[in-house]
Formats: sequence, C-alpha cells, structure tokens
Amino acid sequence: MNINPTIVAHLGLIFVIFNMLVLSAAFMVWMERKVCAYIQDRVGPNRVGFEGALQPFADVIKLMFKEQLRPKAADALLFGIAPVISACAAFAAFSVVPFGTETTLWGLLDVPIPLEVTDVNVAVLVIFAITSMGVYGIVLAGWSSNSKYSLLGGLRSSAQMISYELSYGMALAAVIMLAGSLSLREIVTNQAGYWWGFIPRWYLFLQPLGFFIYMCAGVAETNRAPFDFPEAEQELVAGYHTEYSSMSFALFFLAEYVNMVTVSAVATSLYLGGWLGPFLPDWLQWVWFLVKVFLLLFFYVWMRWTLPRYRYDQLMEFGWKWLLPASVINLLATAALVLWIG
Amino acid sequence: MDVIAFYLFAAIAIVSSLLVVGQRNPMYSVMLLITSFGALAGLYVLLNSPFAAVTQIIIYAGAIMVLFLFVVMLLNVPREESVPSAIAALVGPTGRRIGAVLALVFGIEVVWALSRVGLSWFAQDAQGESVKDVARIGSALFRDHVFAFEATSILILVAMVGAVVLARREH
Repeated sequence: MNINPTIVAHLGLIFVIFNMLVLSAAFMVWMERKVCAYIQDRVGPNRVGFEGALQPFADVIKLMFKEQLRPKAADALLFGIAPVISACAAFAAFSVVPFGTETTLWGLLDVPIPLEVTDVNVAVLVIFAITSMGVYGIVLAGWSSNSKYSLLGGLRSSAQMISYELSYGMALAAVIMLAGSLSLREIVTNQAGYWWGFIPRWYLFLQPLGFFIYMCAGVAETNRAPFDFPEAEQELVAGYHTEYSSMSFALFFLAEYVNMVTVSAVATSLYLGGWLGPFLPDWLQWVWFLVKVFLLLFFYVWMRWTLPRYRYDQLMEFGWKWLLPASVINLLATAALVLWIG
Repeated sequence: MDVIAFYLFAAIAIVSSLLVVGQRNPMYSVMLLITSFGALAGLYVLLNSPFAAVTQIIIYAGAIMVLFLFVVMLLNVPREESVPSAIAALVGPTGRRIGAVLALVFGIEVVWALSRVGLSWFAQDAQGESVKDVARIGSALFRDHVFAFEATSILILVAMVGAVVLARREH
C-alpha cells in the first residue's frame, strides 16, 4: 500500500496541535494559580512536581474520578451536549491559525506543508463564525441546568457576547482592510519587514486602537475577569456551570483556557506579526509565535488578578457607548487611510 | 467524496428542518434550526463558496439564532402539552382545511417549477462562475447592485424602527 507522506505529515501536525492545545490549557491553569499566588503574596501550588507544575494533571485525575451529577429537573440531552459544544468550538477555532512558515520537515517531504491545520481563504471569518457558535454551549448549559444561577449566567453571557462581538468584528475588519486579505497567513506575511530598519511592520503600530478594542472584546468573549459576569462568584455561585461536575465541568474549564489561547494566537497573527521575528532561522520561527502568545496569555492572567470585576450595567455601557463607537471610528479612519494612500 | 458529503449535508438539513416543525419543545426547535443552518453552510462549502458558508454561520446560526434562543429563554416558553386542542381552538377546522389546500398547491407548484427548469440547470450553474473570490462578491454587491443593497438596508432599518415604536407604545 502506498502511503502519501503529505497526508501523514498533516495528520501528525493535527495530532501535535490538538495535544499542544490541551497541554497549554493545563499549563495555563498552573500559570494562573502561580501568578495569582505571587500577586497575592502567597506561594501557590508547590507539592506536585517541580514547583507544582504537575498540579493540573493531579486536578484532571481528581476530576475524572468525581461523580457525574445531573439535577433531576435538568434537560438531559442539552445538559450533556452543552459542554461538548463549548469544547468543540474552542478547539475548532484554532484550526485556521497559522503558526509558522512552510516546512519540508528537513527534506522528508517533497511538497512543503504549511504549519497550520488548514489554510482557508476566509480564515478570519471562520474564526469569527466559530467563536459565535461557542456561545451556544454556555447558553444551553445555563438553560438546561434548570437552576436560577445557571440561567442568569447563561443570559448574561449571551448578552455580553452579542454586545462585544460587534466591536470584535469591526476591529477585525480594520485589519482586513489594511491587509487586503481574509487569509491569516497572508495577513501575517504582509507584516514582514521593518520601518526605518528597526520598528517591525506590525499592524499593532498602525492599529493601536484596534488592538485595544480587539483585546477588550476578546476578554469579554472568553468571559475572563474583569468581564467574567457569566460566572460571577459573589452573585451567581458559579454562573452557567453551577450544576456541572466531574468531566463535564472540566470540559467547560478546558474550553475557557483553549479560547484564551485562540484569542491570543489570533491577536498575534493579526497585530503582532505572527511567527515573524529576528535572529531565528526559518524553520524555528514558530518559537517567536509561542513567545508572543505566551506574553499575551500572561497579560490575561495578570489582568485577572489585578482588576476587580465591573458592574453589569458598566459592562454594557462600556461595550455599547464606548467600545462600539470607538471601533466604528477606527474602521472609518482606517478606510480613509487605505483609500488616501492607495 | 463530494457526492457523499452532499447527500449527508442534504439529509441533515432536511431531517432537522422537518424536526424543527415537529418539536414540542421550543428550545429543541431552535437547536435543530441551527443544525439545519450548519448543514446548509456545508452545502455552500461544497459549492466552492466558503464566503457564503461563513456568512451563513455568522449571521444566521451565530447572530439571529442567539436572539431566538434569548427570547425563548427569557419568556421561558413552555412545552406545548396538548397540541390538538390548542391548535384546534386557535385555528378551527376551516383554517386547517385551507392550510391543507394551500400546502398541496405549494407542493404541486414546486414540482411543476422544478420539472420546467430541469435538474441540469443547477449543475450548469454550479460549474459556472464560482463565488470564491470575496473581492468579486464585494464589487458585485456595491457596484452592480448597490441600489438594491441600500434599499434593503433602509427597509430593514424601517422594520427595526417600527418594532421599537410598537414596543414602546404602551408606556
């Protein structure tokens, strides 16, 4: 039987990316607890493995052996599907994110393969579409649990996501106009080179407001502090996943962290020049991608343990009265600039 | 491969659309409608127009259906328990007979239209210009059909304003 090496390489790549995502989620949990501990002048987990680095694995084993509970009044089918939708949407969104140049794996392949799962010519829109599907997991979890805390969490989450998706989309549109392409790979390669020899041609410098809007909306989309209303502990116990336990809870947890990784990876591709960077040879450029994503993720954690949660009406006011007008102005200014320069 | 995918998506779309109408639980109806939209998006991908597929997901499955879900959740629409009596009380036997006749006429009309056009027409169209290129969709929309586009947007705005006016009338 003749096996096509390109297909094998693609399958291997998909396997590696999937496991990297799961591992990065586990690593993020550890990092979050450590950073939080140091910010609060504690030590944090330090028993399992070196400096507690194996803590997330211990947590996963614990979660696996917990009893799977389901409230009697819950809608069995939707209650079961909701965490699966959340996790699937989180993983699927990463499939169009490129993280390196084309490679032949040191000459093993005849045709070079790009370092990403698939290159779609409307990649930016695909990510937008998949993130907009992710909201169903949370809404369904909130509704099907048949508990008032879950329902309130689900309702808040859908309101929040709808409100911030507009600004998110407009920030994306401004970058698309600058790049003249919807493909993430092309957007990244358009950012190659330097201004005056030392400032990288990242869209961050052309779109500082756009980057700010994107990050605000990204934090709101992933339901992280200071916008973590769907699971505000003081008011809603745990929000939409109050009634979940064991692995179905773990899936929501996983989805949240994978979503953070995806938002950071997309931000890296759109504003920070993706895998482009100095000093490293072509085949190692994905290291730059990892470094940039890591810095953004650290920023996420840092923000969570520094800023208090907003009030719900403040969140809505910020989204509709400040972020949306700002993103419209940003979009119009970018359009004018692109037309003027040509 | 394409044929298998086509029949798969088509079957999902048809079955879930039928189940949308047959469901008693409004929540399940909404979810099945989303499934149906997803299958339609798959069909668009097979027609070599990923842009249409993605917009289908973003606008219908992502935005409009979230609104539906929101309304169902907020109003907490109950399960329809005793369907025959509820519908009978609402419509009455005459209404149901008129509905049946209309459905029959519509069915005949669809069959007649399809037989006039012939199935080869669709195959031709699919092989013709692909709408893969986003730039071409944009220029067609904003250059050739700009009047229709703007007129539609005004119509939608009017509908929105109308809804707000109607909703605020009580106060």
